[in-house]
Amino acid sequence: MGEKVGVLALQGDVREHAAALAELGAHPVEVRTPQDLSGVDALILPGGESTTMSLLLGSSGLFDPIAARLAEGMPAFGTCAGMILLATDVLDGRPDQRSFAVLDIAVRRNAFGRQVDSFETGLDVAGVVGGPVDAVFIRAPFVERAGDGVEVLAEVDGHPVLVRQGPLMAAAFHPELSDDLRVHHLFLGGL
Amino acid sequence: MPGMTERTTGTERVKRGLAEMLRGGVIMDVVDAEQAKIAEDAGAVSVMALERVPADIRRDGGVARMSDPALIEGIKAAVTIPVMAKARIGHFAEAQVLESLGVDYIDESEVLTPADEAHHIDKWAFTVPFVCGATNLGEALRRISEGAAMIRSKGEAGTGNIVEAVRHLRSILGDIKAIGQADSAELYGWAKRLQAPVGLVQEIAEAGRLPVPMFCAGGIATPADASLVMQLGAEAVFVGSGIFKSSEPAKMARAIVEAATHYRDPAIVAKVSRGLGEAMRGLEMAAVETKLAERGW
Repeated sequence: MGEKVGVLALQGDVREHAAALAELGAHPVEVRTPQDLSGVDALILPGGESTTMSLLLGSSGLFDPIAARLAEGMPAFGTCAGMILLATDVLDGRPDQRSFAVLDIAVRRNAFGRQVDSFETGLDVAGVVGGPVDAVFIRAPFVERAGDGVEVLAEVDGHPVLVRQGPLMAAAFHPELSDDLRVHHLFLGGL
Repeated sequence: MPGMTERTTGTERVKRGLAEMLRGGVIMDVVDAEQAKIAEDAGAVSVMALERVPADIRRDGGVARMSDPALIEGIKAAVTIPVMAKARIGHFAEAQVLESLGVDYIDESEVLTPADEAHHIDKWAFTVPFVCGATNLGEALRRISEGAAMIRSKGEAGTGNIVEAVRHLRSILGDIKAIGQADSAELYGWAKRLQAPVGLVQEIAEAGRLPVPMFCAGGIATPADASLVMQLGAEAVFVGSGIFKSSEPAKMARAIVEAATHYRDPAIVAKVSRGLGEAMRGLEMAAVETKLAERGW
């Protein structure tokens, strides 16, 4: 490993992703500007508020360069809000909310409910050995439609919550909030 | 795939987790659905529902209480971002009502008139997470020991004056730094002095920060104010009167959102600070009759 992995640092739980990456031997880089982006091999889109990030992506001038890198095949991993930012279809979003539309899924925001419904659970993940993954869901979305090229790696009650499509991965939960680094490892293993 | 997934709600991680998601963002005080829309349009990560903004509570006097559930429901219906609401210190029945309404965070707040002069709410008894204010580290740790999942430095709400927020942040963060230098025997002395559980003091010594996110509130009125407190170590900002008591709330809100993200880049803070109209007028501390920050124990 040792790749430079960017963490989109406009808003959200950037620190936890950076810590998980460092723990696994990658070099995390906080990405706030197009210059920051140019040096990274892959990008993590963290948890946070997708509506806020969508606005800040526009004003920071990052939206177009990230879209261009994604089109060139830059690997990316989105968690929660990050999943929403990668999705082709966003349900229950704001009409002006922008996403990169590269991952062929329809994702419903806050699909598991409000904060009082937020939960943690053990999640069986395809391709991850060593028992269920420690998964924290915060006002989490889930995938309502996954396109043909999308692999579903984990589900909660029949709803996909971890998906992969080529170099792109997205989780409805927050692997960065637990000490269980296996999902990050899975992403880095694909680099 | 197995049948229904077993879910555990209301855990420490789940409660603190939402606060982690709000980091780097701006939480805006709103009194109705219309203001909530303006806040969300401007990029707020969350809105705080209350019946009057602190500047008006200060001006009007009287007992300040939890807002009308109908207003909270209107705000919830108007936006997609998390909705917080305030309960009076110690008023666990207001908190129960807010939890039943499905608010995403409860602020047990000194801005409202306290209901109990000795006890704060037992926040462990709730599924919904709580944020509490603190002026110093001891107060922050007592609130965390009662179950608070987020701390905000109190500042002095409704003044548009940042000086108290800076005092409180420096006090909390200064003590955290000092605890990092203390040896294991000295930690007991710190716990005694702070009137806080030694276990939490040891946790801070180990981690170098609070076990929950620390945000800043009380007096933020400009983008530069947001940049200042974020550079001092706040992880996000609450803005109360500073937005809707300014001459152009939508512009001010948007500018503070940009400043909270790019707080280390003065060129961006300068750019977003141009032409915002008048910031809220504000108060000198000497002119403040009731210090809200002194409420809470």
